Parts: sequence; structure tokens; C-alpha cells
Amino acid sequence: MESYLYIALFAPLVGSIFAALFGNTPRKLFTGVITSGLLGVSMIASLNLLYYVYTTGNIIHVNMLDWIVIGNVNIPFGFVVDQVSVVMMVVVTIVSTMVHIHSIGYMDHDRSFNRFFAWLSAFVFSMMILVMSDNFAGLFIGWEGVGLCSWGLIGFWYEKEDIKRSKNLEESPFSTLSPYSSPSPSWAANEAFIMNRVADLAMLIGIFLIFWNIGSLQYDTVFAKIGTLESSTVVAIAIFLFIGAMGKSAQFPFNTWLANAMEGPTPVSALIHAATMVTAGVYLVIRANEIFTVVPEVGYFIACLGAFVALGAASMALVATNMKKIIAFSTLSQLGYMFVAAGLGAYWVALFHLATHAFFKSVLFLGAGNVMHATNDEINIKKMGGLKKHMPQTALIMTIASVALAGIFPLAGFFSKDLILEVAYGSHAYVLWTVLWLTAGLTAFYSFRLVMYVFYGKENYDHDKVHPHETYTFVIAAMTPLALLAISAGWFKEQFIELTTKVLPPLEIHVTDAMLWSLIAVTTAIAVSGIALAVLKHRKDETYFSEIFKNRTCYKILANQYYMNHFWENVVSKPYGKLAEFSWKELDLKLIDAIVDGIAKGIYGGGEAGTSMQSGNLSKALKWMGIGILVLLILVVAFGNLK
Amino acid sequence: MMSVTLNDYLILSTIIFMIGMYGALMRKNLLMLFFATEIMLNAVNIGMAAISKFHGDLTGQMFAFFIIAIAASEVAIGLGLLILWFKRHNNINLDSLQSMKG
Repeated sequence: MESYLYIALFAPLVGSIFAALFGNTPRKLFTGVITSGLLGVSMIASLNLLYYVYTTGNIIHVNMLDWIVIGNVNIPFGFVVDQVSVVMMVVVTIVSTMVHIHSIGYMDHDRSFNRFFAWLSAFVFSMMILVMSDNFAGLFIGWEGVGLCSWGLIGFWYEKEDIKRSKNLEESPFSTLSPYSSPSPSWAANEAFIMNRVADLAMLIGIFLIFWNIGSLQYDTVFAKIGTLESSTVVAIAIFLFIGAMGKSAQFPFNTWLANAMEGPTPVSALIHAATMVTAGVYLVIRANEIFTVVPEVGYFIACLGAFVALGAASMALVATNMKKIIAFSTLSQLGYMFVAAGLGAYWVALFHLATHAFFKSVLFLGAGNVMHATNDEINIKKMGGLKKHMPQTALIMTIASVALAGIFPLAGFFSKDLILEVAYGSHAYVLWTVLWLTAGLTAFYSFRLVMYVFYGKENYDHDKVHPHETYTFVIAAMTPLALLAISAGWFKEQFIELTTKVLPPLEIHVTDAMLWSLIAVTTAIAVSGIALAVLKHRKDETYFSEIFKNRTCYKILANQYYMNHFWENVVSKPYGKLAEFSWKELDLKLIDAIVDGIAKGIYGGGEAGTSMQSGNLSKALKWMGIGILVLLILVVAFGNLK
Repeated sequence: MMSVTLNDYLILSTIIFMIGMYGALMRKNLLMLFFATEIMLNAVNIGMAAISKFHGDLTGQMFAFFIIAIAASEVAIGLGLLILWFKRHNNINLDSLQSMKG
């Protein structure tokens, strides 16, 4: 079984290195095929491991090699396949295999085809390290690795110029109504990278605190001893780790990078910014659940923040016309759901929603990629319309994914999302429940608003330039398994509970059967009415309420993403830039450089002046020698221990 | 009558050493420089012999003999070189010895 572990882990790395060899050469189809094939191998190995772990209940724990061994410090490169990490491995490899195959079609005409696959496979390798590591140090390496690959992939089209900032909603790069996702790909890549770095610093502090207080980073040791620490220390650890998770999972106030990251190629958004990397924060909370269980007050804060983000992101998606940003906001909102579940102590529920969400959200993004490909990279959903008859398969798949996202029985979203609402209700967090319930309605509405705008109604695109067409068959074939999982993933709930509760705490909520059914009914009712509103209103008017709300402040706030981007740029980045310039020009040049230069000049001048000693005259040299001896004698008398 | 103590010998030794050092630093005549060097060496010899006597340890006197032997050979070589230099340059002024200057 160990060999399966190594295959699952290293197959993506081999693919990445192979593709990287051709990084600077023109498109070669085989790089895409081979990386996809190796990902498939990794997927099969992961499925094998899932079967093994599920049937035998054993976990696989290997110590590949020693890494840091100094004195009492011993941090090995160890990997563990247990009930939690195997679920993540399977989700990651299934989604990434399908995304790789989809990318062969999507990136078909791109001149950096080979480079794309090198980055994409490297990302999967980092993600596997992240989920499989048996200690916090390895997790952190994977964590940074996915951040790096995300940087390379968001900024994949780095040659694009920056777009001017504007107050006009139709042109501002920070508005969701403009055709731009961010000022430029390289800007978005740097934003994502730097913002994550800030949050990672907190995570690193959390890891240091763990090591400082426990003396080990191995999960087993840390979780066994966490109860012996003072509660204030555990609170600090939990908070710092969670700040790291907030950065990676784009929770408020680090949320802006996710929407701006839509600047990258769409398969990247599907893999990294929907299914895998952004869920790493949730995974961290689930993995470190024994730390968070000790401090329920931090957990409650996590849940509140999650609900806040869920509602805030869903509201932004209501007015957006940028197709990818709508889906990105929905990802953000669903991440909020996961954090609510994790914060309330229902860790396996969070993991369950993570898995189902990965399937339906990645396929939703891939569908959006097909649509953009068919319409010459149009991103404004109001400039599409009527695409169903040109691309029926994509329309079907995206509709399935949207129904799953809305949480309609019997698709995957129903099982996992309803469960989170039950958890919120059962934990007596009625405010959170109300927020999530409202969000469920909004989710259903904006998902179908997108579907209606894109696939139904009048054809609003420019018929002279755009000739929509269905994508390649193999691309649809790659999306089909994800679509099937989006339908069926929820049916395996019982098996999932059986599997994960061996390591994660079981659910402890007390809801009567009658209450349960009425909760399901109420939630389904709001989801169905959200869908119905979206469909019927569009049937009637071909548009929604944007004309009425256009000039109102609330509309502008939502379209500008609550001015979060403006806040970061004007309140944080610009003053920081000013401060940096001040310290460069005033402190660095005038103070630090002056001191360093002064030392050098002093020594240089002293040397110059001292050359007169070397006159070549023996008598003068003797005198200098005498002076030297005298100085040494004085030193001996003054400082020497003559007794 | 006061007996002569070790300190007296050491003071004598120091005074002679200072005289030798003054000569070595101030004289320009190479021959005088040799004399000054000899004075310094012998000042040290006085110190060695005196300490050896007062401590009842012969090692100091042994050293004094060594120094006398080495000083003699040094003077032999040094005088030889000095004569060569005098034959070639017709003076033995220290300031003229500057051929090593870079």
C-alpha cells in the first residue's frame, strides 16, 4: 500500500518536471497528454487507497526521510493517509485529472501550452504534500507550494498591461460590471501572493507556538498534548492558525484576492480557486480539529465569520455581470458555509461539503470556460444569451451544477448544505441559521440568473464576430464524471460518515425528526423560490432589476465589491508604499548607507594616510617598532592580569 | 652596608636596555646600531643572570650563555655585511639603506 502512496504523491511531480522541460518550446500536445495521464495514475492510486482505508480501517503512515534533525528537534518528511487525508486526496486528484484533460482543449491555441501544464501539475503535487503530510512543517511546505503555483497560474498571461483605475462602473477593474477581472494578471497574481504571505506569517507564528510549547510538530504528538497546555496558549495557537486559513480560503478581510484571481485561465479557477487550494484553509481547521475543539469560543468566531462571508459574497454575486466573478463569489460563499460547519464543531460536515462543493463548483467553472471559449473570451453574461442551442451539453452540465449548488434534492449540494443548516440550528445558533438560510436563497437566485443570462433568452452577442460552437468532445467527456459526481456525491453520505467519524468527532446535535423535516422543507422552499424567481423573471423581461437599482447606492456598493479593493489599495497599499519610499530615501540612503559608506571611507582614508609610514627608511621603521612595543606594553599594563 | 638586591640588578638591566634602545632608535651610523643592539642584549643578560642567582635556578645563566653565543655570531655576520656595504657605497649611514623601498 505504501507504493500507492508514493505513486499518488509523485506522479504529478514527474509530470510537472517533464512538462517543464518543454517550457520554452512551442505547443506540444504530448505534454498535456502525459501530465493528464500521470494525474490519472495518481487518481487511481488515490482511489485504491480510499478503498483500502475504507474496507480495512487501517491508516498508512510512512516516514520517507529525515529532514530537520538537530538536537531535540526532529522533523521528518512523513506522510499519512488516514480517513481525512484520503478523502482530500481523492477529491484533489479526481478534479485535477478532469481539469488537466479539459485544459488540453481550453489552452489549445495558447503559445505557453507546455508551461501551463508544468505549473498545473506542480500545483497538484504541492496540494498532495499539503494534505498528506503528517506534521505541520510539511503542511506548511505544501501550503507555500500551492501559493507559489497559484501565483504562476493567476499571472499566466503576465504580458498584459495594467488597466487604468476608473470611477466608472463599466470600466473600473474593481467593479464586477466591467469586462476586467482585475487591473492585470500580474497584478492579481502579486496581490494573491502577497496577501497570502501576510496571513501565512500568522500561521507560521501559530506553528512556532505549537513547537515552542509542545516540542514537536507531528500531528499525533501535538494533538495528544494539546489538552495539557494553558487555555490562553491554545487560544493563541488556534487564532494564529485560523488567520493562516483565512488567507488561503479568502475569508474577510483577505477576500479580495480570490475575485481578482479570476484573471487567470479558467481551468485554473476551476482547480485552484474553487475545488482545492481555497479549501486548504478548511482542511487545516478540520485537520487541527483537536486544537479547535479545546477552544470553542474561537470556533464560534470562525462560524460567525463564515456566515458573514457567506452572506456578503452571495450579495456581491447578485449584481455582478462578470461570469467568473459570480462563480468566484459563490465559491467564497460556500467556503463560508464550510467554516460555519467547522466552527460549530461539525468537522466531517465541513469536509463533506468541501468534497461535494469541489465537484459541482469545478464543473461550473469548466462550463464557464467552455462558454468563454465559444464567445471569444466574452466575460459579461449580459452579452451572451441563447447559447443553449449552440452548446447544449455545456448548458446541461452547468444547469446540473447550478442545481447542485442551489441544494435541490437529490443532487450533491442538498445533502451537504442542508446538513450545515441543520448543524447551525441544532447548535442553537439561530442567527447563523437565518443568515445561511437567506444565503441559500440568494445562491439559488444568482446561480440561475447566470444560467438564464448565458443560455436562454435573446442572443445578445455580436453575430458578426462571435460564432458560438460546442467545444471538443473530449472536453465534455472530461466534465461528465464531475457532473455525475455533482449529482451523486451526496448519496454516499452514510459511507462518508462511517469513514470520517473514525478520526473526526461525531455530530452532536439534537433536532427532532419533525423539526428536521421542516428545516429541510424551509430550506428547499427558499432555494426553489430563488430559482423560480430567476427563471420566471428572465422569461418575462429578459433582465432583472438592474435598471431600477442602477443609480442607488446599495447597487454601487455591491458592484464595487463593498469597496474592499479600494480599501486595500488606498488605506493599506498606498500608505505602505509611501512609508517604504520614505524609508528608502530618508532612512536607507541617508542613514544606513551613510554609516556603511563612512566606515569604508574611514578605513580607506586611514590606509592612504598610513602609507607614509612605509618610507623604506630603516631608522624610521625601528622607531615605529618602538612605538608599537610601547603601545603593547601600555595595553598589557592597563588591561593585562599581571597578578 | 646595604646588600645588593635583585631589584637593583633589574633596575640596572632596565637602564642599560633603555640606553641601548635609545641608541638603536636615534643613531644613524650602522656600526653604532650594532653597539646599541649589543648593549640591549647584554642588559637582558644581566637580568637573566641576576634572576638565576637569586632564584637558585641555573636555567637563566644557561640562557645568558646562549644569548652571548648568538650575539657573537650575529655580530660576525652583521659586520661582514657591513664591510661589504661600505666597500660598495663608501658610507654606512642608515638613511642610505633604502633599496628595499617599494
